[in-house]
Formats: sequence, C-alpha cells, structure tokens
Amino acid sequence: MHTPRLARVAVPLLVGALALTACGSKKESTGNGGSGGKTLKIGVVAPLSGDLSAVGNGIKNGVALAIKQANANKTVPGVTLVLDAQDDTAKADTGAIVAGKLVADTSVVGVVGPLNSSVAKGVAPVTDKANLTLISPSNSGVDLTGRDALATGGTQVRPHKSYFRVCATDDIQGPFAADYAVKDKGYKTIAIVHDKKAYGQGLAEAFAKEAKKDGATVLATQTINPGDTNFSALITKLKSQKPDFLFYGGEYPEASKITKQMKGAGLNIPLMGGDGVDAADYLTLAGASANGDYATALGAPTDKLASAKQFLTDYAAEKFADPADPYGAAAYDAANAIIKALAKAETDDKSMTGQALRDEITKEVGDSDFDGATGKISFDQFGDTNNKVLTVYKVEGGKFVAAKTDSFK
Amino acid sequence: MQLFMQQLVNGIVLGATYGLVALGYTMVYGIVQLINFAHGEIFMLGAFGALVTYNELVPAGTPAVIAILIMLVGGMAVSVTAAVLMERFAYRPLRGAPRLAPLITALGVSIFLQELVRNFYPATSDKPFPQLVDPSYQVHLGGGVTISAPSLLTVVAAVIGMLALSTFVRRSRTGRAMQATAQDPDTARLMGINTDRIIVLAFMLGAALAAVSGLSYGLQFGSVAPRMGALVGVKAFTAAVLGGIGNISGAVLGGFLLGIVEVMATQYAPDPFSGGSWANAWGFVVLILVLVFRPNGLLGERVAARA
Repeated sequence: MHTPRLARVAVPLLVGALALTACGSKKESTGNGGSGGKTLKIGVVAPLSGDLSAVGNGIKNGVALAIKQANANKTVPGVTLVLDAQDDTAKADTGAIVAGKLVADTSVVGVVGPLNSSVAKGVAPVTDKANLTLISPSNSGVDLTGRDALATGGTQVRPHKSYFRVCATDDIQGPFAADYAVKDKGYKTIAIVHDKKAYGQGLAEAFAKEAKKDGATVLATQTINPGDTNFSALITKLKSQKPDFLFYGGEYPEASKITKQMKGAGLNIPLMGGDGVDAADYLTLAGASANGDYATALGAPTDKLASAKQFLTDYAAEKFADPADPYGAAAYDAANAIIKALAKAETDDKSMTGQALRDEITKEVGDSDFDGATGKISFDQFGDTNNKVLTVYKVEGGKFVAAKTDSFK
Repeated sequence: MQLFMQQLVNGIVLGATYGLVALGYTMVYGIVQLINFAHGEIFMLGAFGALVTYNELVPAGTPAVIAILIMLVGGMAVSVTAAVLMERFAYRPLRGAPRLAPLITALGVSIFLQELVRNFYPATSDKPFPQLVDPSYQVHLGGGVTISAPSLLTVVAAVIGMLALSTFVRRSRTGRAMQATAQDPDTARLMGINTDRIIVLAFMLGAALAAVSGLSYGLQFGSVAPRMGALVGVKAFTAAVLGGIGNISGAVLGGFLLGIVEVMATQYAPDPFSGGSWANAWGFVVLILVLVFRPNGLLGERVAARA
C-alpha cells in the first residue's frame, strides 16, 4: 500500500522540481539567443530500451527525420528545432515521469508518442494539464479519445483536449480484420488469444464481437502473459477445439512464437494479428511458419503511396540502425503536424512563448489538413484521425504482401 | 485421455527446463545459503554464448550434431566463466556479511548481466537462434501423443544432466566433499576440504547445467533475448523451493511438478481462471499448498539453524 501513496506524492514533487530547474535553464537559453533564431524542442516519448526498442526507435527516427527536414527547409523561419527523446520503457509510470520532464521544459512545443496505449494512459493526463500537444503514431486504445462510450451506445466525450492520434483504433481495426477473415475468406471456427494488455485485449474483443456478428463460431478466449515463450499447453488445448483460424491480440514477440509452435505441432491454421504483429521482426522470428499469416495495419501500404515512398527513401538515406516499420512513417506525420502548427503559430505571432505557444499549437494541430506519408492527416473533434484506411497484409514467401486496402465505415 | 497425455508431455518438456536451472539455485543454496538470483542470467548467458559460438566459430555446413556440441561447449564456457567471476567478485567478498547483503548483490548482478547483453544486442528484442533441430518434426509416442524433436532433445539433455550431477555428487570424492561442505562447512574445512574451491565448483556445475538448458531453450523456441533469464529464473527458483531448496532431487521433482501444474492449469482450470495467463497463478497456488503442509518443500529436510 506504500507505493501508490508514495507515487502520489513523489510524482508531483518530481514534476515540480523539474519545472523549477527547467525555468532556470529557460532563462539561459533565451539569454544566448543573440544569433536571432530561437531553439524549440519536439519531444518523443517511446520505448527506446527493452523489448519494444526497435519499434520505439523507429518512432524516434521518424520524428528526427521530420525535424531535420524542417530545419533544412526552414519550414519555421527563425526557429531551430531539436529533438528531445525520452524513454518510457513501455511502462505507464515511467511515461508519466518523462512526460513531466517534457512539460516542465517550456521550450518543448509538442510531443510525439507514446507507442503503447497503456503508456498513453499515464502520459496524456500529464501533457494535457499543460495543454501540450501529444500526437501518438500508434495508440489504438479506444478510451484515449472517449470512443469506448460508443460501444455501449453512449456519447463520446473527449478526455484529453491536447491528445491526438494519426492511427485508427481497435474498435475499427478489430472489426475490419474480422470482416476480412469471416466475410472475405470464409473462416468459420475462430480461436481468440490475447495478452491481456490494453491493446491486445481491446483488439481481440472487438474482433470477436464482429466475427460473431458475421456468423462465425468464436471459441472461448484464451489468454497468455507477455514474455511467455512456451505455448505448447495452449496449442494442445486449441488443437482439441479444431479451429480453422486464430486471431491474436498482442505484439510480435509472442505472436511469432505462437505461430511457429502451432504449426510445428501440426495445427496448420493462419494466425492473424493487428498492427502489433505487422513488424519485420515477426517474419525473422517466425521464419517459414509465418507464411499464410495475416496482420492488419493502419493506413494504405507505404510502398503504394508516392509520399510514403519519398519518406522511405529519406529514411533509408539517414542509415538509422532501426527499421522505419511499423510506425516510423506515422511518427514522421505526427511530427510534421506539430511543425506545421508551429509554423502557423509563428507566422501569426512571433512573440508567443511558453503556455501561449502551446495553446496555439494545440489549436492549430486540431485544424491540421495535409497529405502525410501515411495519407491525409486531419483530426475529428475528439482528436482521432479522419484517415480510417486500413490494410490487411498476408505473409507470402516471407514478406508482408497487401491483400486488401479499404476505408472502414 | 489423449489430450491429457499430450498435456502431460508438454508439462514434462516445460519442467525439464525449470528443473535444470533449479539445480543451480539449489546447489548454491545448499552450500552457502545464498539465493543466487543472478542464476537466471547465467542461463541466458549460456544461450547467448551458444549463439555467439555458432555465429563466430561453427563453419557453414557443419552437421547439426557436431554444431550443437560445439555450441554447448561455447555456451558452457561463457556461463561458467561468468559464474566464476560472479562468485569471486560479487559474492566471496561478502561471505561473512549478513544474509541480506549477498541477496541484494545477486539482484544487482542480475540486472548488470541483463543490461550487459542488451548492450551487445540492442536493436531487436529477440535474436533468432539457429534451428538445427527441426521444430516441426514430431516424434510419435503412441496414442496420438507427439513431442517435437527439439523438445525431446530438451528432456533427454535434462535427464542426462540430472543423472550426471547426482552420480557426481554421490560417487566422486569431490562430490562427497560437496556434501560435507553443505552439511557443515566448518567441520569440512577441519577435515582438510578446501571449501572455497567447493563453493566455486557448485557455481560452475550450476552454470554448466544452465548452459545446457539455455542451448536447448534456443533450439526449442528459435530465439533468445536478454530478458529470457528473468522469467525462467523465477520459475526455476520456485521449482527449487517446491522440491525443497538445497535438495538436488527436490529441484528436479519441483521442476517437473511445476511444469505439469502450469500445463494442466492451462487446459483444465475452470473459467475464468483458465488459460495461459493463469498458469503462473496456479503454479504458486500449488507452491503455497505444499509449503503449508511441508514448509521445507517436498523433499526438503529440516534445516538446522546454523547461520
């Protein structure tokens, strides 16, 4: 019982302390603004270490690329942008602490991230208090924009006024996947497995609901722990229920092991996952077992959009250690939404700083309307993207090949 | 019935890994009363050692059996070296210190080793491990029950490792010296046994068995990760306590029991407590029940107060 109480006292104290130190450093940085330009920061909150670091670094690199291009093209005249990347270690409490750090630094004008919906639940309240724009490239948890109320017939109320996302949500991704599996492909007996995380469970539940509606038999949901490696018991159990399709709500490290062990044990049915499975590492780790599996992803296939092609070329030219997939392009778009908002704010009134600037950027981001690498970037009044295009990818010959792209109604 | 037998086989495979790692916990505890929480990381280092050996030293086209043996030697070299260094620099200076000091040190060593490996393999979480034994090759055990080739290898390796260790401890001179040190280190020293050497040996043997387990883990699941030792370490420690920590047969028994309980819980536990996510909880339910009735574990003897 000690920890929560300690956290309740310690977090605000820590945030406060950081705010004080940051105020001090702010004065210094305005002091040396003799060169005429000012320096503003775009924050990143993502897992930069640990299991999801490859994905987190893809996000960081996408933002770094957007900043580099903005500086080179002088998109925001008189302003030099720098990146302030913070490691949330994929944990909500760490996310809240590093978010506090970014909030306290008044030169931070917007934040891209986090990767995980569960982390966003810790980060968004912190950034929202300062009305600091937070744009996630990948959060698909429904409750972050109040969409959870829609499922039960309630009215959507936006919980965080400065929170946006450039990706579609679980309640869209799940049904889109279910329609594809049941209506397009005709699978009838569907096994559902998820990892109990906000993302995995939300996705799996939305899938199950739609699959039932489409007339498929959905078997009792099975759950695993993130980090598990031996799924033999689960697979033996599934095998006895004779499903012809498996939907997995979760991420690629576990999904790759499930598909491999499942096919090794002679249960030759396709595994389908959400965008958490749509990762290059899934293919590396699952090897030939991945063939025939599916993953849904947000947006149109990057290699079919001219804008995304440009992004991928630029990304490759930077020689980053980590791949752009799966969220580098979305992070790049999120950063550009902030940069464009900043440019507009600066043209309106150059003297704005601190809170006034943050308020203005949040307002301008809400009015975003441009063609990004992943498609059109604009938001509805709740902070959700209007670009509800999704794609189903099928693994063929060790590669994700786009099987169906459609916009979800 | 077929389902039950299949799950039993799954449980034995899972338990073989737990049992092999549990031996390392139990041997060290039996001799120095230290719960070496870094032992899970020794298991992880064994797996990475084998992977590095394969990548750097095994020429392409080597027959699988020979490659596996070379990898085993490489994995053992890494894990044993790490265990010896760990004993020498982290635990020996604290030999006379209160119990808590080496325990906390063990946790520190565990974090250190995990992050050390992460430094070398930062980009992705899991490193693909060479699939020298085809995991889709199923051995039929009769009655429709099957076991995949790498899983069978895991069980065979575990049984060989366990038998070799128990023979060594019971029959050889050094093994008897180990027993003597475990019973009473002071008297053992008076009888001319170099207890420092025996302690290092316990660490080395535990590390070697952990390397066997790490290698078979890699072959079985096709990937290794810096964090892999943490979960297996906790499970193996649980197995050691379940069987009676300090008792070698107990560690093996505890390992198999824990593996079987987890698997059976996944299959048969009533909803909403079924499924893989509850398997760990059921494992601990059994642990608590055992400890209620046999506080020293299944095969644990009454531990004399001798701190």
